[in-house]
Parts: sequence; C-alpha cells; structure tokens
Amino acid sequence: MMGFGTYLRNIKDAVATIADGMAVTASHMIRKPVTLEYPDRLPDGVRVQDTLPFRYRGMLEVDLEICTACLACERACPIDCIVIEAEKDKAAGGLVMTRFDIDMAKCMYCGLCSEPCPTGSIHHTPEFEGADYSLESLVRRFVKAPTLAYKPKKAGEDDPVIKPILDRGMRYLAEFADPDAK
Amino acid sequence: MTEFPSMESLVHGLVESGVAPAGIPMWMHQLLAMLIFGGIVVFGFVLPIAGITTWVERRVMGRIQSRIGPNRVGPLGFLQWLADGVKNMLKEDIVPTAADGPLFRAAPYVVITGFVASFAAIPFAGNLIIADLNVGILYITAVTALVVVGILMAGWASNNKWSLLGGIRSAAQIVSYEIPAGLSIFPVVLLAGTLSMQGIIRAQGAAPWTWYLFDNPFTFIAFFVLFVSSLAEGNRTPFDLPEAESELVAGFATEYSGMRNLLFFMAEWGNLYVIGAIATTLFLGGWQIPWALDDHPVLRNALQFGVFFTKSYAFVVLAIWLRWTLPRIRVDQMMEMCWKYLVPIALVNFLGTATWMVLFPQGLAPVRWLLLLAAVVAIAAFVRRVAFHIRYARLERRHLSFNPLATARSPG
Repeated sequence: MMGFGTYLRNIKDAVATIADGMAVTASHMIRKPVTLEYPDRLPDGVRVQDTLPFRYRGMLEVDLEICTACLACERACPIDCIVIEAEKDKAAGGLVMTRFDIDMAKCMYCGLCSEPCPTGSIHHTPEFEGADYSLESLVRRFVKAPTLAYKPKKAGEDDPVIKPILDRGMRYLAEFADPDAK
Repeated sequence: MTEFPSMESLVHGLVESGVAPAGIPMWMHQLLAMLIFGGIVVFGFVLPIAGITTWVERRVMGRIQSRIGPNRVGPLGFLQWLADGVKNMLKEDIVPTAADGPLFRAAPYVVITGFVASFAAIPFAGNLIIADLNVGILYITAVTALVVVGILMAGWASNNKWSLLGGIRSAAQIVSYEIPAGLSIFPVVLLAGTLSMQGIIRAQGAAPWTWYLFDNPFTFIAFFVLFVSSLAEGNRTPFDLPEAESELVAGFATEYSGMRNLLFFMAEWGNLYVIGAIATTLFLGGWQIPWALDDHPVLRNALQFGVFFTKSYAFVVLAIWLRWTLPRIRVDQMMEMCWKYLVPIALVNFLGTATWMVLFPQGLAPVRWLLLLAAVVAIAAFVRRVAFHIRYARLERRHLSFNPLATARSPG
C-alpha cells in the first residue's frame, strides 16, 4: 500500500525529472550539430581523412625507402595478402626487391603486419576510400622497378630525404607500444 | 462588433445575387458550401500541416541528437515531406493473403476520418470555423475516439500477432486515457458554461491572466493532465506502446505499406495539431487578440489565425521535444499512470473547480496573478537549467570533444 507522501513524492519526481530531461535536450537543440556532411558538403579544405587518428587502420601503405625486405610482415599476415620477392645482389650491395604486392581485397585491416616491421615502413593510413571496379586493381604494387632494400645505419639516419620518413615510421611503432605517449 | 459574413449568410447572398442557381433547396446549397469549405481545409491545411510536421519533427529530433536532420530536398530540407509522400504513394500496396481484406483495407480510412472529422469543430479564427457546433468539444472527443476503432481493425485484420498486440494495447490505452482527458475538459466547460469551441474562447481574453489556465489552481493542473492524456490518446512517445518498434515491429501498422501506411502516420502527426488546438482553445485563450479591429474583419481574422496557429503549433513542437527526451514507458506503468494518478487528480480538479465556482463566482484576481507568477518563475528556472547544461558541456569540451573537426590534424 502506497502512502500519500510517496504518492505526492512520485508526482514531484516525475515533474522534476521530466523537466530536467527536457532541459538537457533543449541545451542540445541550441548547440551546433557535430555532423560532417561527408563526402560532398565538407567545410573548405577539410578532408575526413585528416580528422582520423594517426594510427587509424585504413589502406596499407609501404615506404619503400625504409623497407629492409626482412619479410616480417609477409610472415605475420594471417591471410597471406602480402607477397614480397627479394634477392641478394652482390653488385648492388644488398637485397634487391623485385616485388612487394599487397592484395587490399584480401586484407582484413588487422594491423599485424605493421607490428613486427623494424622501421615502420609498412603502415596503415587514414585513407579509407578504396572502392574500385575490379579485384585486380585492388592489388597494390609498390615495387615499380627493382629497388635496393634499406639498411639501418649504426650512427643513425642522416639522409635528409630518408630521415623524415624513418622518423614517421618510428613514431608509428612507438605509438603502438604506448598509445598514450605524446 | 461587425459580423464577418458567416458561411450561411454568404451562401444566402450568393443564391440571392444569382451566382448560384436558384430552384435547388437551400439545404443543398449549404451542404455544397460545407463540402467545398471542408475540402479546402482538409487539402489546404490539414494534410500539409501533417506533412510539414514530419519535417519539423525530423529537424528537431536531429538537433536534439546533435545531428542536422534532412537538409537536401529544398531549402533546409523543407520539401522532404512531399518527397516522402510521393514515394509512399508510388509504393506497392500489399494486402497479406491471410489478412481480412475488406477490414484491412478500410482501417486506415477509419483512422484518418476520425482525425480529419475533428477539424470540423476546430476553430481557426473568430469567424473561421467549419461548424461552430454547440457541442463542439464533446463532438471532438467523440470523433477522435473513432481512431481507436480503426487501429483495432488494423490490428485484428492484419492477422499478425504484433499487429494484434499493438491494436489491443492501443484500445486499452485510448479508452483509459479518454477518462482523465474528459474529466480535464469538464472544469473549463463548467467555467465557460458552454461546450462550443468558439463560446469557450469568447469566455476568455487575450491577456494570459484571463486564460482558463490561470483561472484557479485546479484548471492549472487540469491543463497538464489534459496534455498528458492527449499525448497518450495520440499514441505519442512516451506512450507509443501500440507501435513500440523495439518489441512490436510497428504494432498495428506492421503489415501496411505504401499509401495506407502513410494514412496512419498522417493521422498520427496531424493529431499533434489537434491536441494543440484543443489545449489552446480550452486553456490558452484560443485566437483572442488584444485589439477589437472592428473595421478590418480580414485583418482581424488573419491576426487571430496567426495567434491561434502559433499557440497550437507550440504544442506540436513541445510534443516532439518530449518524444525525443523521454523513453517509452511500460504497459503496467502506462496503466498505473492513468488510473492511479491522472484519473484521481482529474476528478479532484473537476470537483475543486465546481467548489471554487460556488465560493468565488467572480473568480479571484490574486490567485490568477499568483498562478501566472508561478508559471513565469517555473519557465525562468527551466531556462536557468538549460543554461547550466550548456555551461556544463563547455567544461567537458576541454577534455573531450565530439566534434570531429576539433581533432582534425593541420595539413602538412
């Protein structure tokens, strides 16, 4: 049996909580919507890709300049969508890559390939617009001409072209190890 | 007050001036005139208002959820309702094999009739009303109850458990909430001494303290009881149990497609305006404006229409706002709210108003002012609360932003 005090308190609670709920929704009603009208009505100069986190797992990308051809990514891939061919070439002075293909149609964006990469050469990008009209065109071929694999230098990289690429790769790896680090 | 030509005298004039052929009985002229005026109201006002309300609802709901809402069809997406209407009309009208065909086909028309018929007695301005029935408000409550017949028909004829459950819930709900709604109309009828919609409005004034809302504490409460019961009768969230998407798919409308489905929803959204119009008429002074404007009948009626429409549509927006604030209540809560809270309160209001009229036949001016003050204070407190929530959101934003642009990396 409900007492009269409870009865009145129920009414008071109903009125107060409904009013407060409506105050919350009213405060949202007069705020700016957060919607981004992708893809055709974005603010000038804004790409949705730029709003995504640094380690967003979009399309895979390989920086051939710093790839050591160690095949760690090929072994790590659980669905074998990465194929690398590299041979020792005495004349060139190291491993020469003749093929580095990633089949993006098979890729499941797990990120296991970028984990063991010693230089951060293979990494996901925030690019996600990968739709195409044929399966063949989804295979990304990174080696256009036979390329000499990268060899890490003991003293640290000093080449002005390669240094920023390597720094970016190392940052990618560092953020994987400690996502909260700046 | 110079009388704007009423429809009856207008028809008489037309017949006498020879525009309308003579020799036909006068009642046929009157009937024709009523049909024409009814057609104008239905196709020129009722259906567009139901359609435009869907757009308003989607825009308001979008903003409440920090979205934009439809904005592609026409300016601000305003023509979305026309696009939706055309789409629905072009869709296939499916009647399930196991359904009871004639009943299934007729149900939407019963629902839409119950809703459209109420506009016969709903005033638009001092001289604009299809029929100022002397039982106006009684007529409206009676014809809107026709909706429940249509919904129950739809639920039964669909031969589908979801539909049937929706129909039964709707019947239980509408029949239950008719009682507090009816009991909340009585205090106003007592005060005005008439059931006529125009009569009730004429008994009030343009200024808020002359409205029946602030007449005495009982009518003040009756207003809220009426609004809540009307929402339940209109199957609006938080009382949308008959549709209850999460449990009943679409309730009584599950098996309907195309035009027939559209008719159900047109009645639902159009009903919001009816709810607002009834509340405005009974409690908020209807179309009363502070100026007499005896010499400008057209201007006067236009102003009155504007005032009435604004007040009524404010209720539509309020109902939409409530819908996107409150979750749906359970069946037992719905029944408890009606029988344990609204019915006793409405009964007390009714008896209280009667007693009040005996004790203070002329009304009490200080009480009116006090109630008006209370309402103003409540609104001010509410606005402060809204400001508090906005401030709170600003404090949060420092740590966490939901706006994707705030996290955008600068190019390069």
